[in-house]
Order: sequence, then C-alpha cells, then structure tokens
Amino acid sequence: MNQIKDQSKNKLPEIKQTPSRFRNTIGKYILKRNSKCVSCGKCAELCPHEVHIMPENHASPFRPVEHNCIGPDCKKTDHFCIEHCPEDAMVLKENPLLDTMGDYRWPPEMLLGHFAMAETGGAPHVDLEYNLGNSGGGFDMMRFIKPDPKVAIDIRDEDIDTRIELNKTCDGRPERTIDIPCYGGGMSYGSTALSIIVGRARAAKRLNSLTCTGEGGYPPEFLPYKEHVITQVATGLFGVREETIQHCPIMEFKYAQGAKPGLGGHLLGEKVTEAVAKMRETVVGSSLFSPFPFHSVYSVEDHKKHVDWMKEINHNVLCSIKVSTPTDVDMVAIGAYYAGAHIIHIDGSYGGTGAAPDIAKKNIAMPIEYAIPKVHRFLEEEGVRNKITLIASGGIRNGLDVAKAIALGADGCVIGTADLVAVECVRCGNCESGRGCARGIASTDPELGYMTEEDYVEQRLVNMYMAWRKQWCDILRSYGLKSIKELRGRSDLMVHLDYLDEEERKKYQPAPSFKMVL
Amino acid sequence: MPQKYNISTNAAPPRFYPVGKYSTIEFRENCAGSCKECVKNKCVYDIFKDNYLHMSKMEEPEYLYTCNSCFRCIQECTKGIFSRVVNPEYREIGDAYWTPDVLNRTWYQAHTGGIPVSGAGYRGPFVGKGFDSMWTDMSEIVRPTRDGIHGREYINTCIELSRRPERLAFKEDGSLDVEVKPILEIPLPILFQQPDFGIYSKGVLLSMLTAAQTIGTKMFLKAADVYEDMMCFGKSIIPLVKKENFENYPKLLSLVDMVEIEYEPGIEKTFGTLKAMNKDLVVSVGIPLSADLDYAKICVDLSKADMDTLHVYADSQGRELNSDTPRFIKDMLRDIHLALVDAATRQQINILASGGICMAEHVNKSIICGADGVAIDLSLLVAMECRLCGRCMNDLSCPVELESIDPEYGSNRITNLMGAWRNQMLEMLGAMGLREARRLRGEVGRSMWFEDLEKESFAPIFGERKVSIDVG
Repeated sequence: MNQIKDQSKNKLPEIKQTPSRFRNTIGKYILKRNSKCVSCGKCAELCPHEVHIMPENHASPFRPVEHNCIGPDCKKTDHFCIEHCPEDAMVLKENPLLDTMGDYRWPPEMLLGHFAMAETGGAPHVDLEYNLGNSGGGFDMMRFIKPDPKVAIDIRDEDIDTRIELNKTCDGRPERTIDIPCYGGGMSYGSTALSIIVGRARAAKRLNSLTCTGEGGYPPEFLPYKEHVITQVATGLFGVREETIQHCPIMEFKYAQGAKPGLGGHLLGEKVTEAVAKMRETVVGSSLFSPFPFHSVYSVEDHKKHVDWMKEINHNVLCSIKVSTPTDVDMVAIGAYYAGAHIIHIDGSYGGTGAAPDIAKKNIAMPIEYAIPKVHRFLEEEGVRNKITLIASGGIRNGLDVAKAIALGADGCVIGTADLVAVECVRCGNCESGRGCARGIASTDPELGYMTEEDYVEQRLVNMYMAWRKQWCDILRSYGLKSIKELRGRSDLMVHLDYLDEEERKKYQPAPSFKMVL
Repeated sequence: MPQKYNISTNAAPPRFYPVGKYSTIEFRENCAGSCKECVKNKCVYDIFKDNYLHMSKMEEPEYLYTCNSCFRCIQECTKGIFSRVVNPEYREIGDAYWTPDVLNRTWYQAHTGGIPVSGAGYRGPFVGKGFDSMWTDMSEIVRPTRDGIHGREYINTCIELSRRPERLAFKEDGSLDVEVKPILEIPLPILFQQPDFGIYSKGVLLSMLTAAQTIGTKMFLKAADVYEDMMCFGKSIIPLVKKENFENYPKLLSLVDMVEIEYEPGIEKTFGTLKAMNKDLVVSVGIPLSADLDYAKICVDLSKADMDTLHVYADSQGRELNSDTPRFIKDMLRDIHLALVDAATRQQINILASGGICMAEHVNKSIICGADGVAIDLSLLVAMECRLCGRCMNDLSCPVELESIDPEYGSNRITNLMGAWRNQMLEMLGAMGLREARRLRGEVGRSMWFEDLEKESFAPIFGERKVSIDVG
C-alpha cells in the first residue's frame, strides 16, 4: 500500500458487461415493431448492435433493446433495419421521454451516456453528448485546444500513468498513490443503501482508489476494503471511534460541504432505522443533525489541534481537509497546509449527492470552476503547491470535467453524483422524501434499500471509471503527455468559448444551449 | 430566556390541483390486463392509488402531473406501456422571470411551510441574469452561534422603518439634547404590497392583511382600497397616498404609524403637513425606478428632508421602468445605496425595494445590494394559488377562484410562505456568519459576483472575455 506502484506493470481492472437492473432501458431512440411484423427475424440477423435479438428456437424476436440503437446514423450502413424490414413493420423516432429527463447540469444525454459507460466500460456507441452539460458556463464552456498532431504520442492506455500522489509532504508517512485521479465522495451509512456504499468500496479496491464513509459510521462490511476507505470526521462525530481512525489510510475532516455550505447536515428521522441508529449510536426514528461548524474549532490553531489529534491516533494516516468554496478559499487552503494536512479538498457549490436546501445549492459559495485556479495559483505563489494535494469536487460530472479540473490546477477529483448515475440514478432529486430514493440508491428503507446488489454496483463503477480512463488517455496522448500529473495546471491547453473571437470560437464544439423546463 | 421571533406554519393543502410538471402516459391497449407485477401497485409515491375512481366517474385522474420522476413505472412495466411527458400547461404558466419552477416552489412553500429541499446537486444554469449572477459567501468557521442548526433562532431579522438620528448630543446635565423619535421596527425584512393587477376581492386583501398582522409586518395598500372593516388592522397598514389626496384620509392616517406618499418633485414640502396629522407618523416616499428620473440623486435629496424610508419600485421582473435597455434592481440599488453613503445619510434612512422579488434568496441579495428590506406583491397572490395567467386582467374567470378565498385559509398560505422564506434567509445568514439581517445591508463583501469571479479566476487563464457579460 505504501509503495508507489508502477502502474504500467499492473493489469487494469477487468471490464464486464453489466446491463441495467431495470427491465425497460431508456434510449435516445425508440424503435417499435407494429402489427405488420411477421417475426421473420431479418432485423435480428442484421443488427450488429444487439437491438434486435431473436434467440434460436424462439418464434419471435424480443422487444427491441432500444438504448443500443444508433438511430438515423444507421441509415448510412447496410444494416438499417427500418429499410430492410420486408414488411415495413418498424418505426424509429427520437425518444420523447428525454424531454422529461435531466436538467441543465446533467442533460438527458449525459445521463444516458453514463448508463452506457457503466454498462460497457467504453464510450457509448450511440451519438450521445455525454461530455458537456447545458449550463452555459464553467466546464461546459471550456474546451481542450486542438492538439498539434506532431506532439501526439502513440502509446497504449496501459502505458499511460493516471496515478496521483496523496502525500507530497515528505513527512515520513506513507507515500500513498491511487491509480486514477478520482476517488469517491462521502456517502453515509444511513443516507445511502448499504449495498451502494459497500459496492463503492469494492470498486475502489479494484481501481486502487478510495471511497469515503461520509458521516455515518463505519459498517463492518467495510472492513475487507479498509485500505480503500476514508473515515470522515464531521461535526456530528457520528460513528467516529478510535478503531475507525486506526483502520483508515486517510482521514477526512469535513468542515463544510458544497451542497450546503455553512449549514451542517440533517438525516431525516425516517431514515434512522434500527441499524442506522445503532451505527450512529442514536435513537431510531429521531432526526439527526450535524451542526455547523465544529464546536471545537474557532481558529486555524484549533484546526491544527484536530489534525495533530488524528495523526497521533494513527501514525500512518494521511489527513484530508474538506472545505467549501467561500471567497477566501485560498486562505483556507493555505491554513490547512500549515496545519499539517496532506490533502486540501475543496467542494464547490453545485454538487452534492444527498438532500440539501435548494437555496443553498444554488446560491451559497462559488462554483468549483472558479475555486480551483484561485487555490492552485495561491498555493503556487506561497511556494507550497508541490507539497499538498489539491482535490476538487462539487459539480464534476464526467471524465472530461475531471481532465478540465486537473488542467485548471487540481491534482484530482472527488466524485459522488456520477457514481450514483452509474448505478442508474436518474437525478429525480427525491432522496429525502418519504421512504427515500425510489430507485433504491439513497434509501435505507427495508424494501428499497435492498434493490441493488453489491456486485452490480462494483462492476458498473469499474466500468464507468475505465471508460473515463480511456478518455484521459486519449487527451494525454494527443498532447504528448505520459502522465496525468503532467496535465496539472496546464490551463494553456484549454480555451473558454466566451473568451474567444467569434471566428476562433467556430473551431470548437459549440456549447449546448437548449431551453429546458425546470 | 426572551421569546424568540418565529413564524408558525400549518399545512394548507391547495384548493385546486396545482399545475404539475410531468404526466405519466399509459398505452393501455398494450396492457397485460391482469398482471400481478403491475407497477401501479408498486408506486413508491402511491400516485396511482385512486386510479379506478376517475375511470368510473369519467373525471381527470388526480395522479396526472404528480409524478415524482423516479421512472420506475416506465422501466419496470412488463409490457413497457408507460411513458411520460411534460405537462403542456406547466410550460405555459408564468413568464420568463416568474418561471413555472418559481410558481411551483412558491405553491409548495405556501402549502407546507417547509423549504424546498432536493438531492443530487444543483440543476440550473451556471449563471443567470439579475440576482442569479451573484452568490453569497459562507464562512468555514464563523457561525453566529455555536448551536448549529438550532442556532438560527438567535439570528435577528428585524429592520427599522423609522429615521435614526445622525448622532446623539447631550446637555451639560447629561440629558439628551436631541429629539429621539420612537423606533418603528418590524421583525423581518419583508413587507407586503398590493399587487398592481389581480383580483382585489375583500377576501384577497384580508388574507394579505391578516398574514401581515400575524407575522408582525406591514402592508402597503392604496388608501382608497382600505375598507372600513379593515381599519381594525390599523398599524399593519401602510396607506399609499398622493400629494393631492392625502388630506382626504385623516381618520386612516391617525390609526396607522406609517404612510407612503408617491414621489413627485417638491414632495418634501408635504412631509410637515403629514406629520401634523399624526406626529409619530413614519413617512415613506415611493419612487419609481424610472429611466427618466435621476433616482439616486432624488433619494439623496429626500434623505436630507424629514422623512424615514425610501421605497423604490422596479417592474415585476425587477427591471428599470421606461427604458429600452433596462437595468436590474440589484444594480440600481447599489447606485442608490452608494449615493447615500457618499452623502453621509445612509445610516439615517431606510431603503425598501419592490419588484422582482420572487424567491427567498432575492431578499438577502437585495439587502446585500443596499436595501434594508423588500416589499413583495405577486408572491402573495401566488401563495394563494394564483397562476399568473392574467385572465383577470381580461375580465375572465379566475381558475383558482381567488375572488372567493377564505381569508383564514389565504392568510395561512401566505404565513406559510413567509415562514419558509424566513427559514431560508436564516440558512443564508447563518452560512455567512451573520447574526443580524441589518448587518447584511450593503455588505457586498459577503457576496461574489459573476463578473468579478470571471475576472479573478478566468481572466489570468483565458485572457480577455469576448462575449459581453449580460447580468442585468
């Protein structure tokens, strides 16, 4: 664990096809067979995308697997089922359901793209825009510049280094690295189904990355993966015990979180089941508040006392400080460094997985796109940039956002929502209402909380991150870079469409801009 | 322990089915009929519960438009007979500023008294115009109290409406040498105001006045529209008068403690007469934020006269009046506030802002821009289920029968909305580490503006911005 491994000698985690857990998948197109169909099986014979399946000994084909259909693009090929159907029995349309999915930050095609990546481990073969949202600013307006073909290098994905270091302080503690520039954000036992959080831990182990307990205690199911589980110490101190600090490779002090900066946390009484109450050492059915801020921290000196306490309990632990993005986030970051933190984790205002007041998510603290370069520059000016790991989160949705965040100055990112989308969260936002998430993700309900299997969660996450890794490798190769570390702070490789002349802007993919009904 | 100000809320379910966003569609011809796995029985939100009732009655089913978007019925039906659409009526309600989302959230808050909460992060555009082009700051450590989420009750949201003396002076014997007038204070920085369109039925106005009285605020109401049986609301009313008619309302002006007179040049000459009618009367002047007026200068001039509060009016979307290129109220407020600061009169008088205040966050953002408080109008109608359809302006019937609203019910809905707004204000104030709404006034240091953040974070990377920033 303590050694920096040569990633090129490691096999990447295995990708396995992991289909949707729902009977009817959602695709960009809908394809229907009408009553003229005579079940001749011609479509199944033709389709290479497994949209039409008619196993041997079956009298008729299965219902079309619509999410695999590439739509009108198929017209250019010799297997376009609509034209080849001898009975003219098929109809192809854009799926009107997409009008009712997604939002400005996660448009429907980004959701479908992530479903596809989590299923296959590769880029979606359907023409989906899964890299850009429709928000009209921040990452959605940034593009990587056209690479110079002369500098591109031809090396295999396996030979590209996507590791990042988490301890740059040379303080004698383990020089820990993770194999991808991402790890999982805190999701607590109580707010999220056990199978989801354990599945994330299993995926973290396979990816040689990390996941985080959130502020919900440390279920024993985490123990087999303890080298990959960060223990979070937040203001409520739920489930924080000496042994959970001794287990962990990294400990995270959560001062604030982007989705509800300055507000603390709140677990509704309905979610405090017997198991949750036991884990958090509280009362069944009673709402739990994590106050804001730490009652023991009034100054940076108090903060140092926290860090020292943690280091004393576990002599190998690395220390991460999670803060939100106020206007003085750069000063907060430098304070964290001088208090002895190994990682400063800044959490922007547009992210978050659990329930939070809408007014906080929209209005309080700055978006992460502004905070990353501000902190990166300040740490550089102070001469400590190479002595602390800067991790960004809060609104980082896809592989390209990760690459952009790194180019802006982060070392890596923490991912939350995308993990949930990989296990088919549709971002309906009802995490807190009634029994919790109807899709069995953010729920501890006796029925809903058991809708997912750990195996499914683990593999879907591995698949998604492997798909992202391919994107990072493509970017690095095109700029002649062999390591993701070389991308850090390379904002010169990016443009922002609003900062380009009209003619120059035309050279880049335009920003999606369609009106959505919120 | 002293009593803490609190707005008590009680659920007030809608009288009419709200215009929901989504509708589930069933293609019943493909239904298996007797499927034991029917997804309707499994709906987590029970929205199909009354499914069969409407079929027998041939009525529109109630579950339409209440879908919570979990997609499970769509994805689990064994025959795949479900789909979903956005309710076309939902697309049509409101306008570009008072969006369907704003109306729906307002209805929710008026119904439950709770604040809108959702999971999975923010969903909107990166930045918008007007108030959506600024963010409020937070503090990692500082909190007004150390009591976490319970500490909010210690945050003071009072504002004053009366003039403050520039300084105190004392006689040789230590007694005061200046006249200190009674302080007029309200417990939250939100006042009500009669909307400039809608149904002015007695029920509607009484609902607003009752809610104002319940929560301890005041309502601006045209003096001519104050019926005799509203006199009992006395100090909850701020009559709106004009130079030519204020003398017609001696009885009303003797009952109230604040009056607003419409601005016109030379209006300051009437202040003496007004105060002669009621010596403790707090005087507000209503000033339209019109492009043909130098409103900042007018405010400075008025602030030096014997008046208390400047009440500035933008249009319902917060825009400057009579302009082809209207400015937004936040920028106009900044100008007025700073002009008063320069004139050294800002500490003595108060500013109230009207127009475009449709969400709780707009209250705090207006205060950051320089207001002491805000006055709201359309939100009061929306709280009572108004859909802003404008049918009443064409003498057509109101789809939610506002004309027959029971004041008890209407005031309950408005009180709920104010309870939810105040809670949200407290969330923002707490995050900023502020213990008093008054401390927020003009505190731009507690905010972050789009244009500044772009300049600070992006300009060093991307150079000069070529697409102009339209935040107005």
